[in-house]
Amino acid sequence: MEARLRLDRKAWLLLPAALTIGVAFLLPVGWLLSRAFTDPQPGFQNFELLWQRPVYMRVMGNTLWIAAIVTPVTVLLAFPVAHLMAHGSPQMRRWLIFLVLVPFWTSLLVRAFATAILLQRHGVINSFLLGFGIVEEPLPLLYNITGLLAGCVQVLLPFVIFPLYSSMARIDPAYMRAASTLGASPVRSFFRVYLPLTLPGLVTGATLVFVSTLGYYIIPAMLGGARQQMIAQLIQDQIATFGNWGVAGALSIVLLGATAVLLLLLQLTVGLKEIAR
Amino acid sequence: MIENVLELAGVAKRYDAVVAVDALDLRLQTGEFLTLLGPSGSGKTTTLMMVAGLQQPDAGTILLNGAPVTRLPPYRRDIGMVFQSYALFPHMTVRRNVAFPLEMRGLPKAEIARLVDEALALVKLPDHGDRLPKQLSGGQQQRVALARAMVYRPALLLMDEPLGALDKKLREQLQLEIKRVHRERGISVLYVTHDQEEALTMSDRIAVFNQGRIEQIGAPEDLYDRPATRFVASFIGDTNLLPGRSLGTSAGLCDVETAGGRLRAAVRAPIAPGVGVVVAVRPERLVVRPEGEGLSGTIVDVIFLGTARKYVVRLADGTECIALRQVSDPPLDLGNASVRVSWDIAHATAFEA
Repeated sequence: MEARLRLDRKAWLLLPAALTIGVAFLLPVGWLLSRAFTDPQPGFQNFELLWQRPVYMRVMGNTLWIAAIVTPVTVLLAFPVAHLMAHGSPQMRRWLIFLVLVPFWTSLLVRAFATAILLQRHGVINSFLLGFGIVEEPLPLLYNITGLLAGCVQVLLPFVIFPLYSSMARIDPAYMRAASTLGASPVRSFFRVYLPLTLPGLVTGATLVFVSTLGYYIIPAMLGGARQQMIAQLIQDQIATFGNWGVAGALSIVLLGATAVLLLLLQLTVGLKEIAR
Repeated sequence: MIENVLELAGVAKRYDAVVAVDALDLRLQTGEFLTLLGPSGSGKTTTLMMVAGLQQPDAGTILLNGAPVTRLPPYRRDIGMVFQSYALFPHMTVRRNVAFPLEMRGLPKAEIARLVDEALALVKLPDHGDRLPKQLSGGQQQRVALARAMVYRPALLLMDEPLGALDKKLREQLQLEIKRVHRERGISVLYVTHDQEEALTMSDRIAVFNQGRIEQIGAPEDLYDRPATRFVASFIGDTNLLPGRSLGTSAGLCDVETAGGRLRAAVRAPIAPGVGVVVAVRPERLVVRPEGEGLSGTIVDVIFLGTARKYVVRLADGTECIALRQVSDPPLDLGNASVRVSWDIAHATAFEA
């Protein structure tokens, strides 16, 4: 109670940040979203258009599908890393945290280019595969689903690794010892005891990845192909190429709505409180 | 029925250069409550962990119910274990926790429900099944852990300082609870503690550990009244240690020259004349009288303990010793009054210093 009062009295400290967000983010976003109902004339014609033109539905379906693949792949790759980070030696933990953080110091654009260099027709991976005679022809790795997945997963890994790590670090190793003395083989104690206890971090990380992927622009634009066009690219096209602010606003509302529904579902099943714990 | 549920032969474990357990032999009779007692780092917990299979011995063999288990993982050994940190699974209710080992053994649902009810009744928590561990007090959590560790009737129950995290009152209450459960179920228990009072209260036998070895093993009374080493004498209970020099041994009794005078004490093995010794006598065995036989000294402090009075007596050579007298005995005066301190020879033991 006392702590809350003290917080309230200092609430004015939030003012600068609140103003900045208000002016630089909420106002323009609100303006863009409102255009969905007002541009070119008041009404729901922009949403009807989304429904009628197959290209819009296809891109929205694409976006959900890609997010649905990226999420489990990222979680599966992050799990062992987070596990080592949480239960390895302190030295191992320091190195892993450093290595996972390094990409954050590099611009997303640079990382996307780096991935492109690795994956391109005469890039590092194809040269290696050709050189060792593993393949006869260069594999098509770029400007398709493979390139897109590689890009998304490498950028999003830390967003799963860190929440997972924080859940795992709280798991008392005595739980696993207890499970073993009670007759559980390592596999069974993993599925019955360890995995359920990592769920808060796992769900947080998976949600971050899913929601981030839904809104990705640079990665699909640079590493994906025409068939992997995603909703953010469509929004960009509508504004920059066609000056069609109304449709862009409507697409943004759909994206926002999908994210909100997802978070709501999560709240109902796992509980955000559990995630924040 | 096999006579020894557990048998350790030549078991050793070292961490780098440190010897944790050194060529240990130990037998636990079926149905027995055996406590490993010792200071931290004495090897008692390492021994327990090796019996559980949570640590691997470097040498020696471990037999459980006559079968070698030295190389078996914990989940293939017929044991139950209670941890100091309780280690209840936080995402499962009390019922699910207690049911866990039964589910691992593939018992039918109805049988599991029956056994869980029975186990929760045994630890007097029949109505707490649907709570989560964090909704229980420390004492209740430890009872659930006890129920979980014995619901499947393992051959041997291991307990690693199970009451270490509880306050004194609750600890004493749970000591009696565990004793009762042991008695009612006739289960064999290997118990680890550093608390000598707890060991004396609960055990059929106690093994006193020091520096990776067993100093002495025996019934609580044996250890208390007939300690085999100076370490055991000073680790279990309070004891007075009087320094002196041996004058020779005959018929299991050693004559000792101390600064305060000559006295006699029991010895396990003869001590040659001239060797430095300490004589151990329990405070409640010291008799303090205003005059008569014995070493002379003065009372320098009197402490009232409720059931007894504790006298601090300074002997002629400056050594201080402690004597306990029942409150019903007439009190002695503090200060200049000279007193005589004596004891029955049977209650004094001499060790080489």
